[in-house]
Amino acid sequence: MHLEDLAEKAAEYRAEEAAVRREVRVCVAASCQSSGSLPVLEALTNACGDGGGSCRVKGVGCMGLCSAGPLVAVADKDCGLADSVLYRDVTPADAPDILGSVCGAPVERLRCPTDQPFFARQQKIVLENSGIIDPDSFKGYVAVGGYAALVQALSEMTPADVLREVTASGLRGRGGGGYPTGLKWSTVAKTPGVQKYVICNADEGDPGAFMDRAVLESDPHRVLEGMAIAAYAIGANKAYVYVRAEYPLAVERLQTAIRKAKRAGFLGSKVADTQFSFEVEIRLGAGAFVCGEETALMASIEGLRGQPRPRPPYPAESGLWGCPTLINNVESFANIAPIIRNGGDWFAGIGTEKSKGTKVFALAGKIQNTGLIEVPMGTSLRDIIEIIGGGIPDGKAFKAVQTGGPSGGCIPEQHLDIAVDYDSLKTLGTMMGSGGMIVIDETSCMVDVARYFMEFCMTESCGKCIPCRAGTQQMHGLLDKIARGQGTHADLALLEELCEVVQATSLCGLGQTAPNPVLSTLRYFRDEYEEKLAGG
Amino acid sequence: MAQPATTPNVRVVTLRIDDRDLSAREDETIIEVCRENRIPIPSLCNLDGLSVWGGCRLCVVELEGQSRLYAACSTRVAEGMRIQTNTEKLQRYRRTIIELLFAERNHVCSVCVSNGHCELQWLAQKCGVDHVRIPYRQVAYPVDSSHEMFRLDHNRCILCTRCVRVCDEIEGAHTWDVMSRGSDCRIISDLARPWGESDTCTSCGKCVQVCPTGALVKQGTSVGEMVKDQHFLPILARRRHLS
Repeated sequence: MHLEDLAEKAAEYRAEEAAVRREVRVCVAASCQSSGSLPVLEALTNACGDGGGSCRVKGVGCMGLCSAGPLVAVADKDCGLADSVLYRDVTPADAPDILGSVCGAPVERLRCPTDQPFFARQQKIVLENSGIIDPDSFKGYVAVGGYAALVQALSEMTPADVLREVTASGLRGRGGGGYPTGLKWSTVAKTPGVQKYVICNADEGDPGAFMDRAVLESDPHRVLEGMAIAAYAIGANKAYVYVRAEYPLAVERLQTAIRKAKRAGFLGSKVADTQFSFEVEIRLGAGAFVCGEETALMASIEGLRGQPRPRPPYPAESGLWGCPTLINNVESFANIAPIIRNGGDWFAGIGTEKSKGTKVFALAGKIQNTGLIEVPMGTSLRDIIEIIGGGIPDGKAFKAVQTGGPSGGCIPEQHLDIAVDYDSLKTLGTMMGSGGMIVIDETSCMVDVARYFMEFCMTESCGKCIPCRAGTQQMHGLLDKIARGQGTHADLALLEELCEVVQATSLCGLGQTAPNPVLSTLRYFRDEYEEKLAGG
Repeated sequence: MAQPATTPNVRVVTLRIDDRDLSAREDETIIEVCRENRIPIPSLCNLDGLSVWGGCRLCVVELEGQSRLYAACSTRVAEGMRIQTNTEKLQRYRRTIIELLFAERNHVCSVCVSNGHCELQWLAQKCGVDHVRIPYRQVAYPVDSSHEMFRLDHNRCILCTRCVRVCDEIEGAHTWDVMSRGSDCRIISDLARPWGESDTCTSCGKCVQVCPTGALVKQGTSVGEMVKDQHFLPILARRRHLS
């Protein structure tokens, strides 16, 4: 297949929609569903009827501002409005009003302004289709230029060309580690092996993180396209998406996407009429956080107990069933199609010197605009929290923001002006992680925060290595004792010592990073610990 | 210890361990080279003849030019590697890890059948653990005495999985496995059935011999009587490897 054939197809799909003058988009991603968007979709669909073919109601993916859900966007083609009109907190009873509104006279009581910083300050690459296309529609994805990057790679580029573009883009792994994606791909490409595998890590388990879920629920084809391009570049023909079972909607949409892509010839044997074959299979995680660690994830796919093994050998050399394996996170794969379409240099022009592109963050906790945002690397934390996030609700004061989940650390007020990228967060004793940001206000005690994350690590430790298994438990015990006001200075000293040992000697990332929340709260809020010690 | 050179293409490298210049085959791990050269490296999960586990973390060593520590059991040697096996920092970490083990379950040596023949006890003595600063958890664990010849005392178990590996890799029965996670982990026979009811156990006793502590023992032993013999393991492992 040539790019022109695909472009023709896309034009054909767009033409099918030409009669639709008004498109009503209802968010049907998990967070809006939980605030009742499905009844809204039903009410709007019923009220619209067939609309004479000129009005169409469709379910779309995440629009970002989850705290205002259910969100509904109305796009009128006849209207001079460049953007669609966005409505918030919509109920089924609002359906007639929304459909009855005419161009230029939206329903003001429901209106959610789209010129507010939450929307205006974002730059969307990964989420470009999110909230616009129907995630279950293959045609919808192709109509907005989907699969063009794959066809381009297969028909006009050699695997080495693809590797060069990805390397030039400067993309770094979005799962948290920030390992250069191009380097990882070329390592797997160069490792000899008849059978190679691609794995998409969708086992997003950090508390307060929902970036990967939103991408899979909103634009699943984009992830498949990125994976197919990766497989072509490294010489693999088989891939697994390891997605947690707690994301049933994401799994369902991914299954639909795989089925439809296969039927359309973009997966399976002879992809897009070339000699390239590529199969994708979904594997469900059974609820273990540690299975987000790559070696544990592969053990789980192999049907073994989900626990990590020592590295090296790295998966690039010996991964799934001992074969060279490329493993990337959902968001990393979601960045690939635009990189191939626009070139690596385009991507490298966004972001900071060492961290390129944009990053999707999940804003959670004590923040006005809970939801999903995508901003260029290098955006300051203050912009993210105070301007895009709308600051702290109920007039409370900001205290800290936790990035990187249980593996990361907290950042206090005095460092809010830092430009967020992989390296700057590291210097503050935290990490990018997959992109969860939990905002903490003045009412929370930082010892409690540390205890919460330690409890999480303790219950999620696989139990294989001693420092993590026994160490997290002891650290949790000490934190609990201190939080209850019964700790002594000796307990605090022991806690710090255990932090050092567990960090230095644990087998995998879970244990190595488990002490981070304690170390960073101690670094910035030591006084809160000391206040709680028995005897002052 | 690595297998005798059957593949001609393995290179020999030189490296330095604790200021001693040594040579090694490049497919050997650091712990193998140390054992060959009588450089003591503490370890509880590693055993010559069983697959690498990397769980006890006692064998961590420092590599020059690397900020993180490496487990000697799972890291292969390389040309020009410079390794420190016994720095003050490593000694401190090892003591803490051993203390964590003592505090985790009920390792009361004075009433243990393995007293005097226990690898955990030896290591504690060698590493200078003379007291435990970490609070004991004091959780009572069950004891499985259902097998007619052997006994499993979870109170003494350190979850090194030597039993799991020897049963699977040498005996081929795979009676043992691990269930649950974190500190709830427990060694189980078959699908968490009492050992005595196991359909797969051949009663060969290999698991008892390789167990480093008093967790797996012979029935009818009293304090300090349980002496273990692991000499069979490298021989069987090599025989299996050659066939």
